[in-house]
Amino acid sequence: MAQHKTPLLDQLESGPWPSFVSDIKQEAANRADKAAKGEIDFQIAVDCPEDLLGVLELSFTDGETHWKHGGIVGVFGYGGGVIGRYCDQPQAFPGVAHFHTVRVAQPAGMFYKSDFLGSICDIWELRGSGLTNMHGSTGDIVLLGTTTPQLEEIFYELTHNLNVDLGGSGSNLRTPAACMGESRCQYACYDTQELCYNLTQEYQDELHRPAFPYKFKFKFDGCPNGCVASIARSDFSVIGTWRDEIRVDQKAVAAYVGGEYPSNAGAHAGGNWGKFDIKAEIVDLCPSQCVRYENGKLEINDKECVRCMHCINTMPRALRIGNDRGATILCGAKAPILDGPQMGSLLVPFIKVGADNDFREVKDVIEGIWDWWMEAGKNRERLGETMKRLGMATLIKAAGVEVDARQVQEPRHNPYIFWKAEEVEGGWERDINEYRKRHQR
Amino acid sequence: MAFISSGYNPEKPMEGRISDIGPRHYSDFLPPVIAKNKGDWDYHEILEPGVLKHVGNSGDVVYTVRVGAARLISVTHIREILSIADQYCGGYVRWTTRNNVEFMVTDEATLKALKADLAGRKFAGGSFKFPIGGTGASISNIVHTQGWIHCHTPATDASGTVKATMDEVFKEFQSMTLPAPVRIAMACCLNMCGAVHCSDIAILGIHRKPPMIDHAYLDNLCEIPLAVASCPTAAIRPTKIEIDGKTLNTVAIKEDRCMFCGNCYTMCPSLPLSDKEGDGIAIMVGGKISNRISQPAFSKVVVPFIPNETPRWPTMTKIIRRILDAYAKNARKYERLGDWATRIGWERFFEICELEFSAHLIDDFRDPAYYTWRQTTQFKF
Repeated sequence: MAQHKTPLLDQLESGPWPSFVSDIKQEAANRADKAAKGEIDFQIAVDCPEDLLGVLELSFTDGETHWKHGGIVGVFGYGGGVIGRYCDQPQAFPGVAHFHTVRVAQPAGMFYKSDFLGSICDIWELRGSGLTNMHGSTGDIVLLGTTTPQLEEIFYELTHNLNVDLGGSGSNLRTPAACMGESRCQYACYDTQELCYNLTQEYQDELHRPAFPYKFKFKFDGCPNGCVASIARSDFSVIGTWRDEIRVDQKAVAAYVGGEYPSNAGAHAGGNWGKFDIKAEIVDLCPSQCVRYENGKLEINDKECVRCMHCINTMPRALRIGNDRGATILCGAKAPILDGPQMGSLLVPFIKVGADNDFREVKDVIEGIWDWWMEAGKNRERLGETMKRLGMATLIKAAGVEVDARQVQEPRHNPYIFWKAEEVEGGWERDINEYRKRHQR
Repeated sequence: MAFISSGYNPEKPMEGRISDIGPRHYSDFLPPVIAKNKGDWDYHEILEPGVLKHVGNSGDVVYTVRVGAARLISVTHIREILSIADQYCGGYVRWTTRNNVEFMVTDEATLKALKADLAGRKFAGGSFKFPIGGTGASISNIVHTQGWIHCHTPATDASGTVKATMDEVFKEFQSMTLPAPVRIAMACCLNMCGAVHCSDIAILGIHRKPPMIDHAYLDNLCEIPLAVASCPTAAIRPTKIEIDGKTLNTVAIKEDRCMFCGNCYTMCPSLPLSDKEGDGIAIMVGGKISNRISQPAFSKVVVPFIPNETPRWPTMTKIIRRILDAYAKNARKYERLGDWATRIGWERFFEICELEFSAHLIDDFRDPAYYTWRQTTQFKF
């Protein structure tokens, strides 16, 4: 059945980890079988998985990619969601000559029911390669490889039959992503899924129609553990936090000390780490040294706590996040292209995140940032780079938030302060002739 | 093949058009026990590698079995996942941000049957379909990019390097013996769709030859000002060239300024830079995202180049193994890889991991470079 010999790729079928090569071969065999039986009238080349393996084998041999730049393809009225892709060896691999990617918006937290995902599979088997990414790096369901005439058909079926839309690409708001949050995690300080869904709906226009200098990513982490990596990967990162006391259950603390409960929720169970030592493992590792354990009692000086999550992660049955919950907002994270990697920089130390007023406070911050960035940002400049070029204080002003010592690690190292005329008594307008009356030339 | 219409009418694209509806609401897909206890979970425990138990304040319990998966998966494989979800989990299933799949059940008998079923399934080629693991102080699945299978800028393959690496660290995926979680990420070029800049161990595709210039086509394919503006080191300038008696607009490149980012190629297809000898892999280590104990940190380049040794990149996996073993042997409990290296000093890290330190590893890109140079007399011999 295999059209192309793939001796190099075949070596990736061995070994314990799930083999993508075996899986593509399985898909190729199933398509050939269904085509032979006349079960499915495939709308793109039946053998495209074989051609995909063929072109990949060629790259494994010659050490270079065989995909060209995307062309302008998409669905009517959208400027994103489809990435055009063409093979640079179309004669040898006609099944993947035109092989566009479709990004489908994933549900927040990435829970699925089998009927929905099964229907996506049905569409994609009929109209595409049958190959996917679950999920792309930004979070979308990625449907990997179809032809231009199928794009509107796929979009029609997704929107009409499955009530789901495309994701973002290009200089758009990219598909926002959230950790599982409150759905299955006791650390979530706000409802990440609801905020993610609400903002995604609010900003559909920004997601589908490019109007930004470059891409813009929202990511929502429920707590400082950061399971969706928002602090490293999103222009606008919302991380859950609290500002009152960690709730302590002293009886459960004793159960951890006594070894009745597995420390670190069992995460270290496989190592020879010995008995749980609350002083070495909690007190001594606290980054702000605000934990004491004396006479069988754990005390936390909450005012000094920096909410790193370590003690809570280590004794989840004894320590719980506070009750006065909200989120911290950080801006400008990105990978190195172009001006080097950037971590999110803290903009709002604490904001209440509630669905009761439609998340208006968060939206006000976002819209202030966008108004400024769309005006001041250069072509292909991420928010973090605009911040570096024009300064954190400029962002703070644009976002309409209060200046706060928490926004810096430490104050500036140089005295080059960009004073404004209105900040200086008497302003900057002076008369040189008056000056010369006091100072001879 | 006969064209099958979805109902879309190309003559009238706006007729009955539905757009701007966004994703499905997550509540359509929450398993009943998850929906019921949302926002009211009490605690969790990892019962064994890959198996989590969450307990609600209601007293409800949900068991989660986490299994590894390739990021590139077929509809055949997804349907197998869905049939397992139908058989054991009421039709519900979840993906993690690291491409793992999670099956949730509410009683121990089903949990036991589910685990046995998952562990027994294999692909025809012999690899596991659903290896259980990826929790706690383990190596979880690798987040990664497309690579040679579907991208125009890669310097290496993604699925191949990931498969080779996960085969090498499979034991650590299925156990919880490390000092802390080790997060591995893979990106096939400096664009880093996989955002490997904050991972404990990062596999990064890099180019080492400047772009070639396809003068004959450049002005037809590219906006020259955009190509010029795309270069972060201002190495590209507009110029003219004579070919077959015709004067063509094109660009010139100051090659000694090139840092091989490929940004110009993204803007201009007439500046390709992929090359068998030029392309390969850099290894970065010591990044993290979590705020636990120490602050989030960037990954640092510790191996500037490894050639693309297809199909299994043995030099790369050997180096990853060496770093991992040194870390596992020497780091303290809860210490992430980067925290360990910082504590012992990076000079010691290179010594213990038997890695060569070269001038390539001294940062010389703009202001942040200065903050990585040593500005103290405190160092180790």
